[in-house]
Amino acid sequence: MTKTKHDLIEFVYDTLQIYSKRDVIAIVETFFELIKNSLEEGEEVTLSGFGKFRVIEKAQRMGRNPKTGDKAVIPARRVVAFKPSMILRQKVNRG
Amino acid sequence: MKKSDLILRMMEKTSLPKEKAALVVNGILDEIADALAKGERVEIRNFGNFTVRTRKGHIGRNPKTGEPVKVPDKKTPHFKAGRGLQKRVNHDQ
Repeated sequence: MTKTKHDLIEFVYDTLQIYSKRDVIAIVETFFELIKNSLEEGEEVTLSGFGKFRVIEKAQRMGRNPKTGDKAVIPARRVVAFKPSMILRQKVNRG
Repeated sequence: MKKSDLILRMMEKTSLPKEKAALVVNGILDEIADALAKGERVEIRNFGNFTVRTRKGHIGRNPKTGEPVKVPDKKTPHFKAGRGLQKRVNHDQ
């Protein structure tokens, strides 16, 4: 089973009760939007009990096209890394 | 940004009172965590996917005594940024 944004919207809708579906959709979108904004600014996002998102700068390097074997330059870029908190790790391991 | 900052920003953007904003922030994170604990994946379009990966167990050794020790399989949460997030972090478009 896969959980999607839609499931989170249903969950928040049930949690908040008196709010309309439209409001709840905006609320859930805002949650993810705020995290994205922060990362876009290069800011670290630390959600205690859950984990830490941060942006890592990757230097340019030479890679290879795995299909053709041709050398290709992989340009410098930024990637998002997530480090799960100990609490989340333990939760996932307990199953 | 810490969780408390996220809650404050949620209040500004959505006009939720503080206790509701906290309920939403903690609730969403708990929902994602619970799904992962059940081994489910979580897909958030334009944000990213959370999945559970298994690290294979192996025979380790107690470094002091040299005795072999079984290290069991371990599950670990993994996040892969979605296209929308990846693009924004790189400021293209």
